[in-house]
Amino acid sequence: MRFRTLKQLAELCNAEGKTIAEIMLADQSQESGKSADYVFEKMRAYYQIMKDAVAKGLTEDTTSRSGLTGKDAQRVASYLTTTEASLGEEACKAMAYALAVSEVNASMGRIIATPTAGSCGIIPGVFISSQQRFGWDDDHMVNGLLSAGAIGYVIANNSFVSGAEGGCQAEVGSAIGMAAGALVELRGGTPEQAMHAVGLALKNTLGLICDPVGGLVEIPCIVRNGFGAVNAMAAADMALAGVRSVIPSDEVVQVMYEVGTAMPEKHRETAKGGLAQTPTGQQIMKELNLGKKR
Amino acid sequence: MRFKDVFSIIGPSMIGPSSSHTAGAVRLGRVARQLLGELPSKAEITLYGSFADTYKGHGTDLALIGGLLDFETDDPRIPTAAEEAESLGVEIAFRTSKDKADHPNTVRFRISSAGAEVVMTGASIGGGNVEIVNVNDFDVKFTAVYPTLVISHHDRPGMIADITTLLGRNQINIGFMDLDRKGRDREAMTVIETDAALPDTIVQELLQLSMITTIRKVDLAERGD
Repeated sequence: MRFRTLKQLAELCNAEGKTIAEIMLADQSQESGKSADYVFEKMRAYYQIMKDAVAKGLTEDTTSRSGLTGKDAQRVASYLTTTEASLGEEACKAMAYALAVSEVNASMGRIIATPTAGSCGIIPGVFISSQQRFGWDDDHMVNGLLSAGAIGYVIANNSFVSGAEGGCQAEVGSAIGMAAGALVELRGGTPEQAMHAVGLALKNTLGLICDPVGGLVEIPCIVRNGFGAVNAMAAADMALAGVRSVIPSDEVVQVMYEVGTAMPEKHRETAKGGLAQTPTGQQIMKELNLGKKR
Repeated sequence: MRFKDVFSIIGPSMIGPSSSHTAGAVRLGRVARQLLGELPSKAEITLYGSFADTYKGHGTDLALIGGLLDFETDDPRIPTAAEEAESLGVEIAFRTSKDKADHPNTVRFRISSAGAEVVMTGASIGGGNVEIVNVNDFDVKFTAVYPTLVISHHDRPGMIADITTLLGRNQINIGFMDLDRKGRDREAMTVIETDAALPDTIVQELLQLSMITTIRKVDLAERGD
């Protein structure tokens, strides 16, 4: 591949006047020695498997082998038909589809890992509900998968995509970043806008860490509030639909305590770690200290 | 780059529930089987780290067995792989180890058939991707994303040149190479990832080179690819 970073990817798009999907298709074809048609058709087959998984999760018994989970997608889908969702119909549908694919996975059904099986619901949830909403054809969606793949390729090679290596948000967070970036391109946004969506989404999935740039309650706190509002409505909708928190909420609160205290000091509002210590975070802090407020 | 192409991110098509614990495990089993060259009659499988802690819930054991049966990651028979193996007469034993492995999802296979034995250690590194880190006590690293040749040979001057010349003459491009030896002038292993799959005729030609003991082709391309 000709790109290792998201910036290089956006630059390639601009230099060649191509979308992220077109760059990915060309590079994949070159790298694999297979024709662009072959790559495109393989991705189309994958998209069909995603659709099949959504349909299966919404209609069949998805009780997992352990018996712990199953049929939450159906709860949310049926809630949607009887109640006005807090998220609105479209977002709630995306959520139901994402649950559906994830439940098919948990019940040892066939899914596409995107990027992992643990995070396999997010891209189908966003893609298939958006396709229905905006009336896009399958070719457009396959292009979206190629853009998502390009973004995931960068994340995977520079960070982690597995929970065992990087924690759950390495899986789910990566998928959200991929879905967000791809959705921007599917909706006609520029490569730069797509890359910003990736950054915004990933910043919000850095788990419990508190990493305000320069110690100010601004970056990333403000956008996390925006995401938080949407997450709150999603939680309300799931609960109203009858989805249960299998781990009781009080125990979740205790876990927040445990994880929080186990975190190194640098990730607890000291501005000594996380986003605050990225090159840009440090630069901002330096400029603020010099009194050059922007 | 640990992840080499778009289908290592979008994909694989697989049977759930975990790409590390199921799809990666299937692929590790397939590589081990291809290194042996045939269906094993006996398999001792040792799990480390997170694999050891969580393999039962994830069906990792079934996935590893499915791989030994040369199933692909989305084979619907994975949930019943243990029964399939039993009906084929494959004897399988699982054990867990508390020893520290380099990667949290590590597995070691000792598999054998009437004529051969292979010991392979590999890790499932996320998203269904794998890394083989040791074959028969040789530290070699490969991902099986590309068609791969695993060549056991004697360590002597010119050996690598002979192999690569032969491949070059047949228009086979080498993407990645790794080798390890047990000591100067002793047994060695060379791993070569190539851009295109290798016809058996070239493998036969390679075997004519003196000092090569065995060649195994590892190729995880999905059927129909």
